[in-house]
Amino acid sequence: MVPFAGYEMPVQYRSILDEHRTVRSAVGLFDLSHMGEVLVSGPEALAFARYSLVSEPGALEPGQAQYSMLCTDDGGVIDDLIVYRTAEGYLLVCNASNRDTVIDHLGVLAGRGDFDAAIADRSDRTALIAPQGPRARELLAKVSDLPLDDLGYYRSVRGRVAGVDCLVARTGYTGEDGFELFCDARQATSLWTALRDAGEPMGLKPCGLGSRDTLRLEAGMPLYGNELDREHNPFEANLGRVVKLEKGEFIGRAALAAIQQTGPRRRLVGLVMRDSAIARRGYPVHVDGRPVGVVTSGTASPSLNERIAMAYIPAERARIGDELEVVVRERACRAEQVKLPFYRRSR
Amino acid sequence: MSSTSVPAELRYSKEHEWVRDEDGRATIGITSYAADELGDIVFVELPDVGARLTQFAAFGVVESVKAVSDLFAPLSGEVVEVNEALRTQPELLNQDSYGEGWIARVSIGNPSELDQLLDADAYHELTGQP
Repeated sequence: MVPFAGYEMPVQYRSILDEHRTVRSAVGLFDLSHMGEVLVSGPEALAFARYSLVSEPGALEPGQAQYSMLCTDDGGVIDDLIVYRTAEGYLLVCNASNRDTVIDHLGVLAGRGDFDAAIADRSDRTALIAPQGPRARELLAKVSDLPLDDLGYYRSVRGRVAGVDCLVARTGYTGEDGFELFCDARQATSLWTALRDAGEPMGLKPCGLGSRDTLRLEAGMPLYGNELDREHNPFEANLGRVVKLEKGEFIGRAALAAIQQTGPRRRLVGLVMRDSAIARRGYPVHVDGRPVGVVTSGTASPSLNERIAMAYIPAERARIGDELEVVVRERACRAEQVKLPFYRRSR
Repeated sequence: MSSTSVPAELRYSKEHEWVRDEDGRATIGITSYAADELGDIVFVELPDVGARLTQFAAFGVVESVKAVSDLFAPLSGEVVEVNEALRTQPELLNQDSYGEGWIARVSIGNPSELDQLLDADAYHELTGQP
């Protein structure tokens, strides 16, 4: 167990590799109750969300969700999150480590724009349990009557799962099919136990933070604090598609419009090691012996039998197939730029 | 999962390496306690044959999915052989840390260094294993 954003979290229950492979082949169960849930509601909830986020929440019908970000006036990323349009308003599911920052930031913005919107931190009362993997749908069908075939990717619906009232979303952070189930924290144990018991015959295993990290890295998904922070903007992180400049005024718009115009200075790239070494976060990236960038995340990929990493390098050096060097314990090790994601599930 | 038992015939360092004394040569590795603590081992950086190890100094690296850890030589000497199998099967360190997961064979430079290592009972006590 490790302390994580005020929670005690398991890095692994038994084995990171085993948990990782379980999510790729069957179904893994994650307790993500540490995530932040912030509800924006009120008559001007949409106007406020459009002003605060870089995406266009105005495009969301009830039951739809989108990936989004909060940026600074300079275009740096304050947090990345998923915004769900629910019957109550706009539910922002943010990183646990950024929860207080997000609440404070939204509070300042609401005052600045004089919006008639309420911002409520629902994090402590909300548990989040996520069955993820190719058999997640089958698992959910065993314990609920929800019309899962009608629930597309990035869609959500309210309903009962194992007798517990949930917001059931088809979202995840693993690169597999899967669900995220938000429920009242007091019913989390009962939901977890029911899913675990129903899933065990399918090979379900509880999964910790370690496999969550290797799964998202294979899927090419950024982790706040590694690939995303206030020093990097969405265009550098290959997330320019999320930024909707045409929607009108929003926080960070001028800076982001300028970056889009000129193109980003740096780019996040995928690397596969060609020499025998694992690139890790913080290791320098060199070209011809000179430092040009830095590794943001790296590991031995459990699914691909490769050693993979992501790194920021100057935009003009980002080209698939080109080689770079990652300095591992003072040794320059060859790495090839590859297309992201590293892993894509077969559908 | 590897066994947590501590073989009686080996010597141990406080850094969780073991030594099997074989008449002037020694086989060295990491203990199953260390392997369990590290978790799934996915990479081993072995010393070169001919490298000279210094007792209690770093001589290689093991990496689990999450962490990078130095290997510390339990005694001084010259590396005469390394376990090449670990390059492709680092998981041997988890599966059989006292057998197939051996790391290197070393010609013992100074036999008296063995006296500075722990016996099985003392190592057992160090790790607080039941």
